[in-house]
Amino acid sequence: MALTTDPPALIPQLITEDVEPPPLSLAQLTWRRFRRHRMAMLGVVILVLLILYSYGGALLVSETYANHNDLTIVLDAPTAAHPFGTDTTGRDILARTVYGGQISLLIGLTAVIVETLVGIFVGAIAGYYGGWVDSLLMRMTEAVLNIPQIFLLLVMAKFFGGKIPNLTIGGREFSGSVVVIILIIGMTSWPYLARIVRAEFLSIKEREFILAARATGTPTWEIIFKHILPNSIAPIVVSATLGVAGAITLEAYISFLGLGVRAPTATWGNMLEGAYQYIDQGAYWLWLFPGLLIVLIVLSINFLGDGLRDALDPRSRTV
Amino acid sequence: MTRYIIRRLLQAIPLLFLISIALFVLMQNVGDPLATMGGRTATRAADRERLTRQLGLDKPIYVQYLYWLIGNDWARIDLDGDGVAETQGTRRGALRGDFGTSLVNRGVPVTTVVWDRLPNTLLLMLTSELVIILGALVIGIYAALRQYSLLDNLVTALSFIGFSMPIFFIALAAIYIFSVYFKRWGLPSLPATGMFDPEYGKTPAQILVHMILPVASISIISLAAYSRYIRSTMLEVLGQDYIRTARSKGLPKREVIFIHALKNASLPIVTVVGLDIPLLLGGAIVTERIFAWPGMGRLFLDHLERGDTPVVMGIMMLIAFAVVIFQLITDITYAWLDPRIRYH
Repeated sequence: MALTTDPPALIPQLITEDVEPPPLSLAQLTWRRFRRHRMAMLGVVILVLLILYSYGGALLVSETYANHNDLTIVLDAPTAAHPFGTDTTGRDILARTVYGGQISLLIGLTAVIVETLVGIFVGAIAGYYGGWVDSLLMRMTEAVLNIPQIFLLLVMAKFFGGKIPNLTIGGREFSGSVVVIILIIGMTSWPYLARIVRAEFLSIKEREFILAARATGTPTWEIIFKHILPNSIAPIVVSATLGVAGAITLEAYISFLGLGVRAPTATWGNMLEGAYQYIDQGAYWLWLFPGLLIVLIVLSINFLGDGLRDALDPRSRTV
Repeated sequence: MTRYIIRRLLQAIPLLFLISIALFVLMQNVGDPLATMGGRTATRAADRERLTRQLGLDKPIYVQYLYWLIGNDWARIDLDGDGVAETQGTRRGALRGDFGTSLVNRGVPVTTVVWDRLPNTLLLMLTSELVIILGALVIGIYAALRQYSLLDNLVTALSFIGFSMPIFFIALAAIYIFSVYFKRWGLPSLPATGMFDPEYGKTPAQILVHMILPVASISIISLAAYSRYIRSTMLEVLGQDYIRTARSKGLPKREVIFIHALKNASLPIVTVVGLDIPLLLGGAIVTERIFAWPGMGRLFLDHLERGDTPVVMGIMMLIAFAVVIFQLITDITYAWLDPRIRYH
């Protein structure tokens, strides 16, 4: 009995051991390498904690409380009631860092979407078509790169400042300056990405599979977006990830200089505005907590981006 | 080489034109320059109208740009508002080195306003750059020679933190510790604001003491990243065959490291430094704001706030020009350091 049933069970086993497992997809490969990158995983953990802090924290404190001025408790040092102290108009800094984090994260992500869309578009068109289109677009790119970004941002912040009214989304009022900041950061950050995408397009468009696609009459937009773009996704992903950190820092800089997001909306950047004027009084809590949160989020995103860069590197295909 | 330089300079001309036009258009909308002019506010409508006309702000934007670019001494302008253009223009235009006069400091030429502040910014930024390069060379070479040692790992960790740290955070922390708290503890504290103490006057010693905190803040941010960069290029070069050859033929270690290795490792560093220097001209906006340093960054902020187009344009064009020039200098230095590189 045993002899007759065992062999059929053995045969499929032998075959499955001989057959190679299906090749891993790019995402699987990347994940395998990424999770071994200790700093990158640390970055992910910190990032998740910060997201929980700003979106989970919103369940515990209300936005009205975060924007509530109480002139009897102006510039109070951290106490049990206000663990991060209070600011110049008596608002609770802990509550403001919770809501400020939401806006800072929102600005970081959406500015990068704008940046990535413009960067891919300009880079793809310039790289694919070449010739005078390329020259024109690259001169534009150089022009933007030729002015330090912070100067351009300040001029543009002044230019668009106050032109967009406050928005009410989902019962919450947002300062119109949030939209301005997102747009201007996106519109001044794209040149680096455009150059990366252009370089990728220049090399990929000469490959044989593109020639094949063209020979079979594939429409141009399909060649650009379905054949070349997916093959140049790795550097775009890395650049976009690091771009989030860059956008959060830039928002902090312009808000710090007083041209960024306006009250009542809090961001980690605009909470620092004017903090240096109170430093002589020893009011460290004004800048320490929002500043530390900015450092933490930028650091964690940079770790994450660095891990992604290593994981996506085609030269290290070994798993 | 000369032909290459000339071609690069020619290519820069349309670029600078493009930048100036874009900025000029942006600047038209940033604020009301008449609102805060020289402390005197023109309240009466007639005064406003007269001022607008005298400053040429009533002209269409392309005329204003043209006057800014090539001046108006070839044209007659209408100053008294009677509709007859009878006064000879006096502006010579940016192309002939006349960037107009500041609207905020009435009548002071932009060049004077900017030149007043430029040395202060250069002093702060060049000192910082020197500290950064020297410090990064020492740390970077040391870390490369002792790969994976304690210091090497420390530099790696710090470079990430330094890279992620916004300058205001480190600047505020530095002021808090070395200026505010040292004073409270009765220790010799460092001054946090300004360039000199009015009590002692503008002496070199005063300026030096006031420079410590801003220079330290700027340097710490970039030092870590630069040393990391030098470390990796040094490591790459030290693994090359010609270094082994140099070692095996018995050259002193110092000569191998500083002449054979460093010269080749410095190529990528030259690029980074060359591209960073012009950005330093304006990169100090935040630092100058925090430390109340009277440099170009603060000048830019103050005049942007009040919509002073001529001064803002002057600063921006100076920086854009510096970027072009330094890119060229970087390329030339590159060719000089690496004879394999030829420009055609």
